[in-house]
Amino acid sequence: MSAAATADYEMVVGLEVHVQLKTRTKAFCACSADFGAPPNTNVCPVCLALPGALPVLNRHAVELALRAALALECKVNETSVFARKNYFYPDLPKGYQISQYDRPLAEKGWLTIGELDEHTPVRVGITRVHMEEDAGKSVHDRYPGATAIDLNRAGVPLIEIVSEPDMRSAAEAGAYLRLLKQILSYAGVSDVSMEEGSLRVDANVSARIRGTTKLGTKTEVKNMNSFSAVERALDSEFARQVELLRGGGTVQQQTMLWHGTKGETRPSRSKEESHDYRYFPEPDLPPLVLDMEWVGRVGREIPELPDARRKRMAEEFKLSAADAELLTASAGMSEYFEAVARASLDPKAALNWVMGEVSAAINAAGVTIDQFAVRPADLGELLRMVRDDVLSHTAAKRVFARMVETGKPPAQVAAEEGLQKIGDDSALVGWIDEVLRENPAEATRYRNGETKLQGVLVGLVMKKSKGRADPRKVNQLLPERARS
Amino acid sequence: MKPPPRAPDLARKLLAQPLTECVACVREGGALPSDLVSAAFDRADDVGAGRESLNIFLATDRVRATESAKELTALIGRAEAPGNLAGAPVAVKDNIATLHMPTTCGSKVLEGYVSPYEATVVRRLRANGAVIIGKTNMDEFAMGSSTENSAYGPTRNPVDIRRVPGGSSGGSAAAVAAGIVRLALGSETGGSVRQPASFCGIVGVKPTYGRVSRYGLVAFGSSLDQVGVLGRSVEDTAIGLEVIAGCDQLDSTSADVPVPRYELEKNARLDGLVIGKPKEYYPEGLDPRVAERCERALDAFRELGAEVRDVSLPHTSYSIPVYYVVAPAEASSNLARFDGVRYGLRVASESGLTGMYEATRARGFGPEVTRRVMLGTYVLSAGYYDAYYKKAQSVRTLIAQDFRDVFLSGVDVLFTPTTPTPAFELGAVKDPYEMYLSDIFTASANLAGVPAISVPIGTASGLPIGGQIIAGHFEESAMFRAAFGLERALAGKALPGEGSA
Repeated sequence: MSAAATADYEMVVGLEVHVQLKTRTKAFCACSADFGAPPNTNVCPVCLALPGALPVLNRHAVELALRAALALECKVNETSVFARKNYFYPDLPKGYQISQYDRPLAEKGWLTIGELDEHTPVRVGITRVHMEEDAGKSVHDRYPGATAIDLNRAGVPLIEIVSEPDMRSAAEAGAYLRLLKQILSYAGVSDVSMEEGSLRVDANVSARIRGTTKLGTKTEVKNMNSFSAVERALDSEFARQVELLRGGGTVQQQTMLWHGTKGETRPSRSKEESHDYRYFPEPDLPPLVLDMEWVGRVGREIPELPDARRKRMAEEFKLSAADAELLTASAGMSEYFEAVARASLDPKAALNWVMGEVSAAINAAGVTIDQFAVRPADLGELLRMVRDDVLSHTAAKRVFARMVETGKPPAQVAAEEGLQKIGDDSALVGWIDEVLRENPAEATRYRNGETKLQGVLVGLVMKKSKGRADPRKVNQLLPERARS
Repeated sequence: MKPPPRAPDLARKLLAQPLTECVACVREGGALPSDLVSAAFDRADDVGAGRESLNIFLATDRVRATESAKELTALIGRAEAPGNLAGAPVAVKDNIATLHMPTTCGSKVLEGYVSPYEATVVRRLRANGAVIIGKTNMDEFAMGSSTENSAYGPTRNPVDIRRVPGGSSGGSAAAVAAGIVRLALGSETGGSVRQPASFCGIVGVKPTYGRVSRYGLVAFGSSLDQVGVLGRSVEDTAIGLEVIAGCDQLDSTSADVPVPRYELEKNARLDGLVIGKPKEYYPEGLDPRVAERCERALDAFRELGAEVRDVSLPHTSYSIPVYYVVAPAEASSNLARFDGVRYGLRVASESGLTGMYEATRARGFGPEVTRRVMLGTYVLSAGYYDAYYKKAQSVRTLIAQDFRDVFLSGVDVLFTPTTPTPAFELGAVKDPYEMYLSDIFTASANLAGVPAISVPIGTASGLPIGGQIIAGHFEESAMFRAAFGLERALAGKALPGEGSA
């Protein structure tokens, strides 16, 4: 369906985002929360739901959940209550998930996703942020005719961030998600990786005639594995709903699954809607009563968020708005840049290198900035060597390439490769004399006053020195050697 | 000079002595823990603790008990502190996780299930020198008041084997009453320690909610459950509680309240103590034998210098209805984990996952458990939650408030009958609701979270009758003080089981 065909309808979107908290251990036991261990090795009586085992809340999980809530401008509830969400599923060992229901950790926040003009920010309301635990994983393709269960993930701490239905297009939803991911990453709350499942998105979407205010019947769209999949799924589901409504039909409240390869949403066959979760307060955990002073401290200790960093860096390092935006897109990249800028004492060079050589190198290696072999202090030293004329720009690029391969510090690479500038007179004199001898015609013309040949001869000396000669000194020495 | 008694005879005698004497003798090297273990097993044989007769145990492990006893002997030999229960054989209810022996909760769904970890209370018992000799029979998942709901057959009352021992901790009560152990662990959700203690003529303690760790106690009604102690005397149960009580990092509902030493004064006067007599616990139709024994106990209190004051707990009549909403609601969720996926019974089915769930649970759970799971599921369902669960929780706060008010009014402890009647005959109570009324005087203490103890106060036609002393939150000291005074005042009047050892 074309954009024109949906033009008189407006998309209304609210998002439910599950984020895995970056804790060392699980939400209610001391098992490791690491991703990728062999099946059923990070388990204990608590997360296996053995008879008699009881949950104990992980304080660090609360701290990270609070950081997220505060970064999203939420009001933190001094008292929140854990609740049991009851349903049977083989990868849900207790037969209930510990979650929060009518008294969540935090409520009523917002996220600014852009601005219409200087005074009109576009805000998406955050309905609530609550804590819960993850379920295990059902593995259907490992044993023929049977389903295997891996409970490593069971009990891993999550937060669910529920937005208001404040987004009006797939692009707005995309912007919200990218910003949310950025903030959570900056705040150190989560790895926010959709590939590893540490960030999952479900979307509630409905359509209504533009200009009306009543919400239409929504569907919940699931099974989207990237932000762009979310955007495509929303457009597709919106088009489906509009087509229904245009034809005089009604939208059924149901769960839709996104089929990326087909590019369409289809009703889920599971009977999810008929579930009655029989929520009730979790009697094994007392209400979570927060020391509000501690909450304040957690808020003050939140690492610098993207907005603030963008502004500070632009000012401190004299960056253009566009450069600041680009640099702060990821927390890791901006931290890397800042470290290089400080170590090199040359923010401009740092900017050029980080945006150029570094970006190219990590893309080529397929690693993240945190895994990159060249540490920012070393890159800073390299740039300082260029600034101090110890290395030529050309040589610096060759040193950098070796650093990427070996992870060695620049001075060591430069020494090993013999790439440091040579300003030693005797070596330079030797090369200059050789060049003059080997190019007698040019040498004679130069001696006779054809000074424009200076550049050609210096170039030849540079070539002979394999780029190591200090061109400034060659320029100084050349006239005097030519005369002798 | 008389020759010293043979060790087994001494051990047998010690088993009938107060814990303090038994433990002192062990610590001084006068008796070997292994002799006490043997004495306990011999006693079990003598009284017919086996399946065909009293059916007290679901599992025993004589070999391992003997081994632990020997380790204890080595410890004493090295002059290391063996603990306050040194050498005491102890029985543990089968819903408390123990290593090596199965933990079945009296259910088919956990037949043969052995816990890979140990309950905190069991760890504390062993750390204090107790020797666990066996796991005791119980109503399936502690749901019942007669131990007739065990999937492994009913336990019988050692006082009169035609009668039930009460429940759900019937096996533990019978083990103590039969003289096999001085001390046993039970568990309470609505009276499951006090009621069988009353039926078997022994002492049973339900501590303050949060006083004892629930880690390793298989959950029934988590907000009500508490591990309790059954013993021959008030002093024995006080020693037992001291050992198992205290905050536990593994149970978030366990309270960080210091556990005092429960000093019991030998001269046991109760001058100045105010004992409340709540009228709601002495209804018109109360069994006259029970009423009469209670009056006698109240007289004994007065003679000890206590003041008996008429009081009222106006919301008492709601305790059974509230209990039968809250406990099944929590149970329906707590028992969801018995799904055939990870451990215990699994019944395969042609009709996939749902079929497996249904077949496993239908075959694994008995009728009373099924009834309560259904009841609990119903009261938590959308559309019924407010009318049942939420309403019950608000009434529960009123019941708790009744207790707070009465204790704030200057009353130290309350005295009531433990049960409306003495032990009934096996099979006599068929209507589930009539069975539920067995807990009519006990369930309120669980709902309010306050500590309570049942003490023998006499017999009727040879059947024991228990009196209940209820105290305020974490006021076990006052509870024990009153109970100890009462016990001594009534001593001398023969108690059933006491003379048979």
